[in-house]
Amino acid sequence: MKSIVIGVIGADVHAVGNKIIDYTLTNAGYNVINIGVLSSQEDFINAAIESDADLILVSSLYGHGEIDCRGMRQKCIESGIGDIYLYVGGNIVVGKQDFNEVKNRFLQMGFNRVYPPGISIDMALADIKNDLGE
Amino acid sequence: MAKYLLIDFGSTFTKLTAVDSELGDIFATANHFTTVDTDITVGYKNALENLYKTIGHPVVFDRIVACSSAAGGLKMAAIGLVEELTVEAAKRVCLGAGAKVELVFSHHLNSSEVDLIRQKKIDIVLLAGGSDGGNSECVLFNAHLLAKANLGIPIVYGGNKSVQDEIRQIFEEHHVNGHIVENVMPKINQLNIKDAREKIRELFLKNIIEAKGIKKIESEIDKVVLPTPEAVLRACELLAKGYAHEAGMGEVVVVDVGGATTDLYSISEPTKRGDVIITGLEEPYAKRTVEGDLGMRYSATGILKALTKEEIMMINLEKGIDIEKEINERNSNVAMLPSNQKEELIDRLLAEMCVYKSMTRHAGKMQEIYTPMGMVHHQTGKDLSDIEVVIGTGGVIIKSSDPKQILAKTTNVFRNDYELRPKHPLFYIDSTYSLYAMGLLSEFDPVLALKIMKKHLTQV
Repeated sequence: MKSIVIGVIGADVHAVGNKIIDYTLTNAGYNVINIGVLSSQEDFINAAIESDADLILVSSLYGHGEIDCRGMRQKCIESGIGDIYLYVGGNIVVGKQDFNEVKNRFLQMGFNRVYPPGISIDMALADIKNDLGE
Repeated sequence: MAKYLLIDFGSTFTKLTAVDSELGDIFATANHFTTVDTDITVGYKNALENLYKTIGHPVVFDRIVACSSAAGGLKMAAIGLVEELTVEAAKRVCLGAGAKVELVFSHHLNSSEVDLIRQKKIDIVLLAGGSDGGNSECVLFNAHLLAKANLGIPIVYGGNKSVQDEIRQIFEEHHVNGHIVENVMPKINQLNIKDAREKIRELFLKNIIEAKGIKKIESEIDKVVLPTPEAVLRACELLAKGYAHEAGMGEVVVVDVGGATTDLYSISEPTKRGDVIITGLEEPYAKRTVEGDLGMRYSATGILKALTKEEIMMINLEKGIDIEKEINERNSNVAMLPSNQKEELIDRLLAEMCVYKSMTRHAGKMQEIYTPMGMVHHQTGKDLSDIEVVIGTGGVIIKSSDPKQILAKTTNVFRNDYELRPKHPLFYIDSTYSLYAMGLLSEFDPVLALKIMKKHLTQV
């Protein structure tokens, strides 16, 4: 069974979406490790190491996602899990910015998948199945 | 109608507490130097002589049980994967079992770390790592390395359950005294202490006290049943919870300032508030922390290290002493007892610093975070702010002319409001030094143990 670490990064307490993601991925047959709200990059990485996870799915709903996610790939590399899939989604930046630009910035930061506001978790689920090969 | 003798084989003293169930109280205490280096029974017999002298005649006891922290206590190495997770979980298991955690390692071990286990004369290794179904590569690597090293001590495996079979095989192949227990962290941030703790206790009683020459005493008494710190932890838990119709005192904090360490016990829920968000590894209801760098004699220099130059200057100015000199004197003469008022004052000052620092490390922290959804309270560790009972034990507190001053340092005297220290507790001292004994007694007569504890705790 593939393992996925999920949580809400930074000083962000939006718990509803987090519960929906947990429910959907668990139902889809994944071992979900939900570290909840107010999680730091280190919390995600630590949980991924101990649980031998295949993917980290970061949620950010309060607009500070870019600051909160910066350097995360580098920390994964330092921690010995450089190859792990990194996904991010939610309201990851402030204001109305062109999503393609936002997406490119996050891809350059080392994220594999970047999702715009308002999409359903089912869309991400299709990508997860694809990437994890199940 | 029974008479019980409860013994603590301490590193320095062998302490005896005699209890009469009819009287419902302690009827005599006595002590003598521990003689574990030569023959542990000698010190015991001398202490017993002293006890008989106090009573006026020999007594036949119905039951004689002991706890022990003699010959270095129970020295353990805690090994895990990630520092904040399985390493911390392993550490808490060891502390909860009454051990001294001498070594702590994370991730892949190297050969010099394995050498340290040998050099430090570790009694038991606890090997953890990986949640259930999680990382297994690291624990397998570490198990191999430990097994090949032929350490000749018990290794308890409490890591990822998915590789228990492989671990067992490694232990068998290398003839390791290996033991498999439940994972200490089966899920991320979930703590599972009990199974590993029971195994450690069993090994302590079966192997360790034998190896240390303590088991010999069992020709004189019924049994050694616990490491001393675990006896104290059990007493604290009983005192907090109560037993059947005998009410407890509610959530408690116990502070024990010794020569080598400062131990803190808190028996409480992590929080009672519904409006906080708690993150991090689950906190145990009965939590023990040990500060090996904070003590009155052997570890006095640790107090100095914890102070800045400015703080040292301030203390010297305010108290009119040379704190560095005083600490070094105590460190080089560990048997020193205060002989005048000034020396007692300095000892009290040192104890206050031990208590303050150890509570800083033991208590949880609260952060107020401003978010677009308003302010939220983010808690890590245990919230002790509602604790109403703080109990002091250990010579320096019990014998102090002003124990309240020392115990008050558990509270928020420096107004660091983010530290979740007890706010307005009442202070008590374990004036007859009977907590360990009541921990032992609680094994077979918890109601009596509880009654005696309540009677002997003195409010200060």
